[in-house]
Amino acid sequence: MSNPISSLDVRSLRKSFGTFEALKGIDLTVSHSELVFVLGPSGSGKSTMLRCCNRLEEPDSGDILLEGDPVTGRSVNLNAIRQRIGMVFQSFNLYPHLSALGNVTLALRRVRGMSRSDADAHGMDALAQVGLADKAGNYPAELSGGQQQRVAIARALALEPKVMLFDEPTSALDPELVGDVLEVMRDMRKAGMTMLVVSHEMKFARDAADRVIFMDQGQVVEQGPPEKIFGAPEHERTRAFLSRVSET
Amino acid sequence: MTQWERFLDTFFNVGVLTRYAPDILAGVWVTVQLSLLIVVVGIGLGTLLAMLRAYRIRLLSLSIVVFADVFRAIPPLVLILLAFFGLPNAGLFLSSFVVLFLVLTLTLAAFAEEIIWAGITSVDRGQWEAARSTGIGFTGTLVWVVMPQALRVAIPPMTNRAIAITKMTALGTVIGVPDILNQATTAQSFSGNASPLMLAAIAYVLLFLPLVILARWLESRFSWRKA
Repeated sequence: MSNPISSLDVRSLRKSFGTFEALKGIDLTVSHSELVFVLGPSGSGKSTMLRCCNRLEEPDSGDILLEGDPVTGRSVNLNAIRQRIGMVFQSFNLYPHLSALGNVTLALRRVRGMSRSDADAHGMDALAQVGLADKAGNYPAELSGGQQQRVAIARALALEPKVMLFDEPTSALDPELVGDVLEVMRDMRKAGMTMLVVSHEMKFARDAADRVIFMDQGQVVEQGPPEKIFGAPEHERTRAFLSRVSET
Repeated sequence: MTQWERFLDTFFNVGVLTRYAPDILAGVWVTVQLSLLIVVVGIGLGTLLAMLRAYRIRLLSLSIVVFADVFRAIPPLVLILLAFFGLPNAGLFLSSFVVLFLVLTLTLAAFAEEIIWAGITSVDRGQWEAARSTGIGFTGTLVWVVMPQALRVAIPPMTNRAIAITKMTALGTVIGVPDILNQATTAQSFSGNASPLMLAAIAYVLLFLPLVILARWLESRFSWRKA
């Protein structure tokens, strides 16, 4: 956690939708190989913050840096920087007309300009990383939700990103399928991937996160190691949120 | 002559049928050529317009919408007559074949644009986001991710519309395109017998029935399974 340049740097990030201020100046740093977990009630701006990090949402002001390189700003080559930032969505968003391997290799072939054989070899590696090499030829409709999400992770991994963003990756899954996806995320952490995760998987946050950030009403309320956030939260809003969540 | 014999003589007069069958066959060839041209160019143009509309450039989109709405609103026969009898007065002479081709192609393009646009908008926003998040640009996402899904949704209504428009090649009769119906009506006036018209009807059935069956098959085949 003492790298001179952090992996992802978010500085005074602001974003409004009409009159609603979704992000009221967010500062956030993710170090190399760190798994940072973002918690917060719905509407707290955590997904918006995440989506600003690869500019699926355009921030109103503030800076975002990836390994010191600007992500925000007019002169940025957005498609180039996005290849260095992997994203996993709540609803998987696999391409239904392509096989698992086709999903994983599309960007390799169309953006990286890899030949089909190179892209396929690379894509198979990525699918193997999520334990789905045997499903390469299957279409999304033929896969379970958990398998679909793992293919989506492989799709992002294939581009060898510097940081991975997870937007509630297990929220759309049946409970019994959540474990496989979390297992893949644990493996990624062991492999040294830098990850920023928005999720409600408290147990996973507790045992896998390096740091937990609690957001509310467009602000970072507090952050720290999971044992502190879950064990001895400083702020009333954090305590209230955690007790609400643990009741359910 | 019994009623039945009179019926046969009117609609299935063997002498008249054999006499004019070659003319009708020539008409079939003209209709087939025209139909293929109209379908290929019309759907191609409609697809291109729908894709351009996806860029949401205000003036361009507005022009496309106006084109599509106008050409869907006007009966093709009106445009055919306007172009064939009106344009020469403005100094533009187009052959009847070209007029029929242009009017029906543009009409099909207008419908095709709307059908494919509906397909494009039916594709979930998450598809765009997923592709863009991997660094694929707008055009790449449109071509490789959105269009394959949009076209699949569009296939059944497109097939039906293409059949409806290509059948309108019969309208060419009024401006002298030597298509099936024109050959048949000519033969009917020369022979004073309705058999050529019956032959034309049979030719249309043979030509379009396979397409109608294909459309029915596509409709069941391509009802989209959501992933």
